[in-house]
Amino acid sequence: MALDRQEVQHMATLARIGLTEQELESFQDQLSHILEQFQILAEVDTSGVSPTGHAAGASGGAGVMRDDIPQDSSSFEDVLSNAPWQEGEFFRVKAVLEE
Amino acid sequence: MSDLHRLTIHEAHRRLAAGEISSVELTQDCLERIHQVEDRVQSFLTITEEQALEQARQADQRIADGQAGPLTGVPVQIKDVISTRGINTTCGSRMLQDYVPVYNATVVDNLYRQGAVMVGKGNMDEFAMGSSTENSAFHATHNPWDLQRVPGGSSGGGAACVAAQEATYALGSDTGGSVRQPASLCGVVGMKPTYGLVSRYGLVAFASSLDQIGPITRDVTDCAHVLNAITGHDPKDSTSLPQAPKDYLAALNDSLSSSPLAKGRSKGVLRIGVPEEYFVDGMEPGVRDAVETGIKALEDLGATIEPVSLPTTKYALACYYIIAPSECSANLSRYDGVKYGYSFQDTSDMVEAMEKTRQFGFGPEVKRRIMLGTYALSSGYYDAYYLKAQQVRTLIRQDFARVFQQVDALVTPTSPVAAFPLGAKTGDPVQMYLIDVCTLPVNIAGLPSISVPCGFAQGLPVGMQLIGPHLSEESLLRVAHAYEQATEWHKAVPVL
Repeated sequence: MALDRQEVQHMATLARIGLTEQELESFQDQLSHILEQFQILAEVDTSGVSPTGHAAGASGGAGVMRDDIPQDSSSFEDVLSNAPWQEGEFFRVKAVLEE
Repeated sequence: MSDLHRLTIHEAHRRLAAGEISSVELTQDCLERIHQVEDRVQSFLTITEEQALEQARQADQRIADGQAGPLTGVPVQIKDVISTRGINTTCGSRMLQDYVPVYNATVVDNLYRQGAVMVGKGNMDEFAMGSSTENSAFHATHNPWDLQRVPGGSSGGGAACVAAQEATYALGSDTGGSVRQPASLCGVVGMKPTYGLVSRYGLVAFASSLDQIGPITRDVTDCAHVLNAITGHDPKDSTSLPQAPKDYLAALNDSLSSSPLAKGRSKGVLRIGVPEEYFVDGMEPGVRDAVETGIKALEDLGATIEPVSLPTTKYALACYYIIAPSECSANLSRYDGVKYGYSFQDTSDMVEAMEKTRQFGFGPEVKRRIMLGTYALSSGYYDAYYLKAQQVRTLIRQDFARVFQQVDALVTPTSPVAAFPLGAKTGDPVQMYLIDVCTLPVNIAGLPSISVPCGFAQGLPVGMQLIGPHLSEESLLRVAHAYEQATEWHKAVPVL
């Protein structure tokens, strides 16, 4: 399962990860090698097998629900305390749309 | 410096409650020990000396008031993936180098409510992705038994810290073996509880369907004490099991035949299965010998040992390395340089800012897994990878369920290898992944398991893993404790 360079770049784009030329090259090799290991799953007959998304289901605890009661949350000050860039009560980001 | 840093939790508690020592003395002794060995071991990312001494003073007051619990006044190191209010929680990543949580993880609140003393935050592979702690963005941790070797990972800081006696115990997190495997490589006890038994609230997410917090301790009694403190239903975690609290300490009992699991069996004897698939090719002979000797000791204690088969074991590695990176790629999308963490600002373009933030903020292994997960979840590949892995996950669960009709617990090596030299496996991701081959099936199925020291291979500690059905922690602790009582391995300490 060899990945070509475009596929690796496509994944990086989807994942919003910038890569250097060198990283692109080494990831191409490494990810291809890892995907090769996954081919072993092709030999498993999974027809009619339902997927397990979560281990909690197996121990009886998937999706514990509670009543939707309003509670105090963190303060603006707390929520923004780690923000790299902020203004007033807002996170600031680079312009998304052109002016 | 006295020898207080060598005490177990239960020994320290006895002496604290009797007024023979104070928590300030115990804490100071651990801090001195840290100063003495930390430049060689490097198990910490942050040392919280001032806060620890303040907590120790409060603990002493509480003890004087007759309010001491088993963990009151006892020093702990907490893995740096577990949120601590007001104290850096970096996840071993440049991305969160300056991140300071505004709330505590539920487990931290639970420990503080008990009067715990936190001496610092433990080193780890970045975002808990790795098996040697070499993926920490800040520095490697060294195995106290041989400083040229790795402590295992990803909770390598916690395991090395407990082995080096820098704190009495540690909290780690285990997504595919990250508590048990370093515990094994450092000669200490490590437990991954049943998925959902310990709240994940405040545990920075890696793979949410697999992550579970667990104790790293010097012996099994300590493990039961910590489990008592950190388990319990948490309304802030929707996967937290609605369980009534149990007393895990009461479960410790020397007789294997009185295991609650054994009741109703024809002979009333504990049956332990040995899955042949876990004794893999490439397993070190010294590890095999130590584990086989450990299994013999369990038999001498009255358990019946029978070979069993878990044929889906060979698919677990591929299954895990599709599911965990898929969940990781979703969970780590939150690191965009907007809300917290490292942020690349030197551009006017938002997309470029995000790409550069993630390029410079994440290390290579994290990037590899995000890319892998993105691939497995992308259109055209979802069915072949992610869906297929989830179906195989069902088969792996069913395999365990079938075997637990036949036996009460399983015994296996924790890791096929003892501690390896620093740098030996960093060049090949697949070689690193293979180290978790005996531990990750347990996370896939959400089962509890414990690693206990069972000997040495060429001077390096070896761990034996016990695995049980869902919520069988009491039986596992009982078996592990009986084994520990019959052996001396847990008493061995490295010379530093």
